[in-house]
Amino acid sequence: MLEQYLGDYITVAVFLAAGGILVGVGLIVAGLIRPNNPSKVKSEIYECGIEPIGDGWSQTHIRYYIFALLFLIFDVEAVFIFPWALKVETFANAGMGGYILIEMFVFIGILLLGLVYAIRKGVLKWE
Amino acid sequence: MFFAVTVGDWLGEVENWVFAVLAIAMVYAAIRVVTTKNVVHAALFLVIALGGSAAIFLLLGAEFVAWTVVMVYIGAVIVLFLFGIMITRAPLGYETKLSHPRRVRIGAALASGALFLLIGGAMLDAFGDDPVPAAIDPTRTSDIGQSIFERFVIPFEVVSFVLLAALIGGIVIARQDPTVEEEEVLQ
Repeated sequence: MLEQYLGDYITVAVFLAAGGILVGVGLIVAGLIRPNNPSKVKSEIYECGIEPIGDGWSQTHIRYYIFALLFLIFDVEAVFIFPWALKVETFANAGMGGYILIEMFVFIGILLLGLVYAIRKGVLKWE
Repeated sequence: MFFAVTVGDWLGEVENWVFAVLAIAMVYAAIRVVTTKNVVHAALFLVIALGGSAAIFLLLGAEFVAWTVVMVYIGAVIVLFLFGIMITRAPLGYETKLSHPRRVRIGAALASGALFLLIGGAMLDAFGDDPVPAAIDPTRTSDIGQSIFERFVIPFEVVSFVLLAALIGGIVIARQDPTVEEEEVLQ
């Protein structure tokens, strides 16, 4: 059991390492072969070719905070969908597919009430 | 008897090496969280510390908890922290003066040391040398699904209500309702 479990995660680790090596080798090779003539204008920050106004470390609108809050709640909900998704087939084969489907619909439905509340309160409106 | 394992035995297992690397990285990141002069860097060092704790949960065979830490804490709570930092007027740039006076620092060090001793003592007292059951027979995410939908369906639905309450509470706290006059202007 434990061997299989750790074996599964060795696969994950190999893929992580492969991704890291791919990016690392790309950056190192690019750094070796590209010309390097830094100048003041080149190292300026730009966005879409427009010169920056103000400081990068500026205060942002409080509206983003509510979006992050909503994201957090729905992220916690999403976490619970994973164990459900892994068991749907088992339950469906045991003739309880309707039961497990309805359970998840109820779970998501209750939280959708919160989304309805947010929309009714105008939280998601961009003014 | 605690600590019946010798150092040689301990170093003989690959998992212990992985744990040692993770623990060193986590302790370093945790120290940097409280010592860095830049609040945004503190949040990013917290990502390393949380990632390390997720990896330790994986080593312990608690797969679902590990990925929950990654998704919820690293994915959402840190984003919330960063937005929380960004909406405040607190100075965000480098070399800001965040440090508290010495007596506050000593108090915080004492409090965290006491918490460490309390949790560590409780763990040793309760489990001692016993291995964590899941580290021998790991709890896969599908096992969690099995027990949720076989035995804990009602608590599972209650979680949804708890989240709903958290969502509405969050909106109520974070958002200021427009006054009656403003409401009329809007309509």
